[in-house]
Amino acid sequence: MKSNQDLKNIASQVRRDIIRQVSSAASGHPGGSLGCADYLTILFFSIMDHDPAFNMEAKNEDVFFLSNGHISPLYYSVLARAGYFNVNELATFRQINSRLQGHPATHEGLPGIRVASGSLGQGVSVAIGMALTKRLNGDDKTVFVLTGDGELQEGQIWEAALFAAHNKVDNLVLTIDWNGQQIDGANDDVITLGDLEGKWKAFGWEVMYVDGHNIDELKTTLNNAKNLRNGKPVCILMKTNMGEGVDFMAGTHHWHGKAPNAEQTEIALSQLEETLGDY
Amino acid sequence: MLSEYISKGTSDTRSGYGAAMTILGEKNPNVVALCADLVGSLKIQPFIDAHPERFFQAGISEANMIGMAAGLATGGKIPFPSTFANFATGRVYDQIRQSVAYSHKNVKISASHAGITLGEDGATHQILEDLGMMKMLPGMVVINPCDYNQTKAATLAAAEYYGPVYLRFGRPKWPIFTPEDQKFEIGKAIQMNEGSDVTIVATGHLVWQSLEAARELEKEGINVDLINIHTIKPLDDAAILKSVSKTRCIVTAEEHQRNGGLGDSVAQLLSLNNPTPQEYVAVNDSFGESGKPIQLMDKYGLGVKDVVNAVKKAISRKN
Repeated sequence: MKSNQDLKNIASQVRRDIIRQVSSAASGHPGGSLGCADYLTILFFSIMDHDPAFNMEAKNEDVFFLSNGHISPLYYSVLARAGYFNVNELATFRQINSRLQGHPATHEGLPGIRVASGSLGQGVSVAIGMALTKRLNGDDKTVFVLTGDGELQEGQIWEAALFAAHNKVDNLVLTIDWNGQQIDGANDDVITLGDLEGKWKAFGWEVMYVDGHNIDELKTTLNNAKNLRNGKPVCILMKTNMGEGVDFMAGTHHWHGKAPNAEQTEIALSQLEETLGDY
Repeated sequence: MLSEYISKGTSDTRSGYGAAMTILGEKNPNVVALCADLVGSLKIQPFIDAHPERFFQAGISEANMIGMAAGLATGGKIPFPSTFANFATGRVYDQIRQSVAYSHKNVKISASHAGITLGEDGATHQILEDLGMMKMLPGMVVINPCDYNQTKAATLAAAEYYGPVYLRFGRPKWPIFTPEDQKFEIGKAIQMNEGSDVTIVATGHLVWQSLEAARELEKEGINVDLINIHTIKPLDDAAILKSVSKTRCIVTAEEHQRNGGLGDSVAQLLSLNNPTPQEYVAVNDSFGESGKPIQLMDKYGLGVKDVVNAVKKAISRKN
């Protein structure tokens, strides 16, 4: 079992990895990646039963799908730090001939990736398909999926929401990165999401809240969600701070899809402790 | 031999799909079916009755259906998501592109009511662009069988093949003329008649139209080398090149737009390897309309006489 301090250390290193990947590629999406770093670290290091000796079908394993594929620097860092591939490969992020594509892909055979994502709104449906497979196979493990909040503007999400509730897909845990921001600004200025709790409840889902930067809360909530089998799919509304961990990136959409320059990179890294060794 | 291929009754090709799904239900426990509120049209009720737990009713939510199919394939199932061809392609192109084709998932997109022979429902439903959209996707196998028997065989073959496949079926009753036991190999054309004057490469419902045309032409002393090309991608390059090296002119026949269809694939092959006069039997940059299937085929240039005329024109252009 990882202690809270262990998890904090991993998350700090993951945030450094994010900044260094995006800075080195001079492109990518640091804001959402930083915001979900605590969630994904805890999921992979404390919640899921999973095997870094990657196997596509994931029989008798918990599975994670990233629907908001643009936060790939976070996904790659967590996979590498969890042992799916060598951390040194993070240096190839967004470079030519790399397995670490701008958005996650299976095409180059990167261990840990089970479906391409980037075009938004598709991951919940894919996760349902995997959850149905587990049900057919008598496999009681859980399927996790992460989406952005702006991503909820995609219609396919709500198609999936109807299906999962109707079919009582209760081995499915959707987490929504609720940072209130999207590329063009605040959700409320672009297309307001309104009463998310009310919407998901009305669609027949179990709704939970979590502070996406509180380790104890994340552990408790994700564990509860993982083990809950009450005939309802679970939706966790996860309040996060976009850019969390780097003061000048925090709380704004301006760093959604922008890489820091050399000077900004240095400042950002000075705020994130190197705990496990940089790649 | 043309005389081997006579009509032994009629059936819609989608019924061949339904019959194959019934067989696959018994034979392969990994096969699962999905449908977007068109179970009756896709003829899969027997599969559902026999294996209710392996059927997923997606409702009128095609995007979610394709995504779920990708997820089921990830877990090791062999999903057959099914709906009308219009909704199985154009409506969900991005879902197919990212979650199925780019991710190389073992998904068999099962698309019925393709083309103008859908008939009375009109142009909103008569997709004539699906082959083009699907063949452009890297790694996608595209199959357009010609009758009930071939559709059944194609569906069984698709289940055996690992990777994304697009299966295209039609709505109307259509002659059954291929042998029930004819071998079906993905990407391998079937030579239906040997001739030296002209090559016809036909797919789907146009195979029958081309057979009828070839019989008429034979009476006029024109011998047709007739190729039934059930697989648009991968194209059987060797069969086509071999045929045109003998006939030196070619007609392509399909129930699809001229842009992006079988004819385009053949033209590309020939321009790169053996430039050959080619005529197209296809819909020419037009939407369809309501009407009976045969009326529509005649009005939109897919009739037997259109194949005959295209052959004569192709022959007249030979060097």
